[in-house]
Amino acid sequence: MTAATTPAPRPGSPAPLDVERLRQDFPILAHRVRGKPLVYLDNAATTQKPQAVIDTVTRFYSSENANIHRGVHYLSERATEAYEGVRERVARFFNAPSSRQIVFTRGTTESINLVAQSFGRHAFGPGDEILITGMEHHSNIVPWQLAAEARGARLKAVPITDAGELDLDAFDRLLGDRTRLVALVHLSNALGTINPVRDIVARAHARGVPVLVDGAQSASHLSVDLQALGCDFFACSGHKIYGPTGVGVLYGREELLERMPPWQGGGDMIASVTIERSTWAAVPAKFEAGTPMIAEVIGLGAALEYVEAVGREAIAAWEDQLLAYATARVSEVPGTRLIGTARKKASVLSFAVEGVHPHDVGAVLDDDGIAIRAGHHCAQPVMQRFGVPATARASFAFYNTRAEVDALVRGLERVRTVFG
Amino acid sequence: MGSLSELYQNVILEHNRSPRNYRAMDDGSRKAEGSNPLCGDQVTVWLRMDGDVIKEVTFQGSGCAISKASASLMTGVVAGKTRAEAEALFDRFQRLVTGALEPAETETMGKLAVFSGVSKFPIRVKCASLSWHAMKEALNSAEPTHT
Repeated sequence: MTAATTPAPRPGSPAPLDVERLRQDFPILAHRVRGKPLVYLDNAATTQKPQAVIDTVTRFYSSENANIHRGVHYLSERATEAYEGVRERVARFFNAPSSRQIVFTRGTTESINLVAQSFGRHAFGPGDEILITGMEHHSNIVPWQLAAEARGARLKAVPITDAGELDLDAFDRLLGDRTRLVALVHLSNALGTINPVRDIVARAHARGVPVLVDGAQSASHLSVDLQALGCDFFACSGHKIYGPTGVGVLYGREELLERMPPWQGGGDMIASVTIERSTWAAVPAKFEAGTPMIAEVIGLGAALEYVEAVGREAIAAWEDQLLAYATARVSEVPGTRLIGTARKKASVLSFAVEGVHPHDVGAVLDDDGIAIRAGHHCAQPVMQRFGVPATARASFAFYNTRAEVDALVRGLERVRTVFG
Repeated sequence: MGSLSELYQNVILEHNRSPRNYRAMDDGSRKAEGSNPLCGDQVTVWLRMDGDVIKEVTFQGSGCAISKASASLMTGVVAGKTRAEAEALFDRFQRLVTGALEPAETETMGKLAVFSGVSKFPIRVKCASLSWHAMKEALNSAEPTHT
């Protein structure tokens, strides 16, 4: 299903998930919304948190809180160990060559802005080109527009097909002598398309062009193996992989991170400071100015530990079954049109209901306790490409069930009744 | 929390299905556009004035049932009003959809009272008021050039 999977230690297919038992790990899933059981199908926006993550953050603030990298005291040493331990865990989780290549940020958006500002400052010049795609989230468009404007560079985008796949012939044509970076999404939040990142990286590297991968969605749905993907940068968010908000990750190839100037100045990112000049700490500290989001990083560690315990292959297998089931069921509802029908997809089902605006679809579903996203999904160029102002989007996590898909379908039938 | 039937009253559903005055206006009109960057809704409102009186209002755009019905009903109630009357109605409509209107005042709103349920759905307030803001902006835009 995915282009790059973690080297599988277990032979055969993974044992199926006990979804009903796993749901009990997520306290919010037992809540009722508008008097109805919550059916949470907005996982591409943010995932719910297991008790283990909530408890870890609570425990940190209750009994372990201290600042890191500066204390001679017990709690500070413990907090530093925990924080740096998560860096090791993140590196293992995504199979990065070393934890020095893992920078903590506030999220995917900040990770991409870091690269656009810092890498962009020395890599982009007048007339140079940055190549993105037509299915990017605004967070993988706007930072490049800002960097391009500042450096006199130009932004180009690879078009997408009617199915919502990248036009790879166009990619080859657009990848030119002036291309200084390719930036693309791994798993589209608006369409569900899984892009052939390994293939793209190979084509770009053949011309000496580095590649940034937006992994906001792929981090939790695909077993991302950074060494197998071969990309130069990878950005993702903690809150979309069952962790806290306010924490994200930037992975970078070491020699690139070494060459890049700091993008924010402050405490913790320096080697020495005088009034005249300063020298920088080694990576990754060079990119982590100021007190970071310590509790959130530690919470992210608990989230990754939880995901590993559930089993990433089993998660992917169940989510694939669920998406196939939902695709079939929603397609049967009269008047629905799927937006995004790529051959390789994961976790996202975007659709339009004929004659009914997605907001109204969302409002009727909400009345039944069903949470979906209605809107442009911060991907307005995708909406323009498919000629719709917005779509309704159901997005799945491993704790979703077939019964919840059935509830969605009943809700869509009610939409037809209300607006028919 | 409001119920679905409070939000989607029959008048709203009917105007959503067949919006009134849904067309562009040609020369001699004033126009303004409104958009909601959060949801991508867009509306264009055209006004034809005769001195201080709004003779005709039309609109086009894409949006949810609330925004479309609100624009449709607005084109009907604003036509024939003076600038001052339209602006006063704009203010009362804002208070209606934010739940700040006294019940006695709500009764004076006529057909527009169907939007009182919107106040219980805070995220839909912008949908209901989008076309009204565009109308007000068109009212204050420069005189059209007659060719």
